[in-house]
Amino acid sequence: MNVHPQVLMVIIGCMVVTALPRILPFIIMHRLQMPQLALRWLSYIPICILTALVIESTLIQQDRRVDLDYETLTAIVPTLATAVLSKSLLATVAVGILTMAALRLLSIFAA
Amino acid sequence: MERFTVMPSSRKTAPLQLTTFMQGVRDCLPTLLGYVCIGFAAGMIGVASGLTALEIALMSGLVYAGAAQFIMCSLLAAGSASSVIIMTIFIVNARHFLLCATLAPSFKDNSLLHNIGIGALVTDETFGVASSQLAKGATLGRAWMNGLNLTAYLTWIISCVAGGLVGYRIADPQAFGFDFALPAMFIALLIDQLRSTERSRLKHRLMLVLCMAMSMYILSYVVPSHLAVLLSTLIVATIGVMTEQ
Repeated sequence: MNVHPQVLMVIIGCMVVTALPRILPFIIMHRLQMPQLALRWLSYIPICILTALVIESTLIQQDRRVDLDYETLTAIVPTLATAVLSKSLLATVAVGILTMAALRLLSIFAA
Repeated sequence: MERFTVMPSSRKTAPLQLTTFMQGVRDCLPTLLGYVCIGFAAGMIGVASGLTALEIALMSGLVYAGAAQFIMCSLLAAGSASSVIIMTIFIVNARHFLLCATLAPSFKDNSLLHNIGIGALVTDETFGVASSQLAKGATLGRAWMNGLNLTAYLTWIISCVAGGLVGYRIADPQAFGFDFALPAMFIALLIDQLRSTERSRLKHRLMLVLCMAMSMYILSYVVPSHLAVLLSTLIVATIGVMTEQ
């Protein structure tokens, strides 16, 4: 149980570059009054970024090509349905994991 | 702008005041299954990449970023240069600037030190929970945000280390579908956002979702996917402002 010096250096470097974008907005906006337009723009960030992260999981970048990840796309269908119908984060995650486990167990999209 | 200051007329409940630490802990609970699964998977992949449990604990405690930790592990295992890994993680996590810029106005009356404490622990998921509450017209308190953040933080570290400790016993962590907990959580948070949107604006928001899909697909041909996430968000949020009624 030890820590390799290079790993430690990478972890500390990554800590700094991860913490900066998290902390800076709180420092910048501590006194600064945000203009209305900027606040309106920021109000779109939640929907945009969450959509982007979901779409990212369905794309495979390979050899200058972008392919659709059909396994993920299939797992999204019952997950999305659960999210809409149950309104429960917990149920959505549970259905998502179980669906993905089932798809992989049955090797439906095995390469 | 309206959604931050005025209650949507369709909603009957009084504006929520989210003030207590315990309420923040409670509001974090639904996300914990996601954290446990993803953290467990991250720990297992850490071991598979040749990291020790202590290194995994340090990584999850100091970097504290789900997707980034998976990428760090694979780059370390591939023997990439430290500078390349750090630069990549910067790009992967730069989106937190936008998340924190969205949340920061709610906390502008706090001391700088308190706000740094809040900002340091913002994740996609705690942001998702907090912005859902904002969309419902709630006021976010410092203690509430700390309760939310710290619950997520501790759960994440424990899950990563647990995954690291049992990881070498499991040959293929992906077989359990744990990695899909991440997109599943994002889907639930996205649907929650859309549900809080006023009916008259829903069509506009769904149009943006469609724009986002196109933007992500096209940009993924020219830039790494994490950069595509960042650029698409900048583009589509701008489209959102320009096309709103």
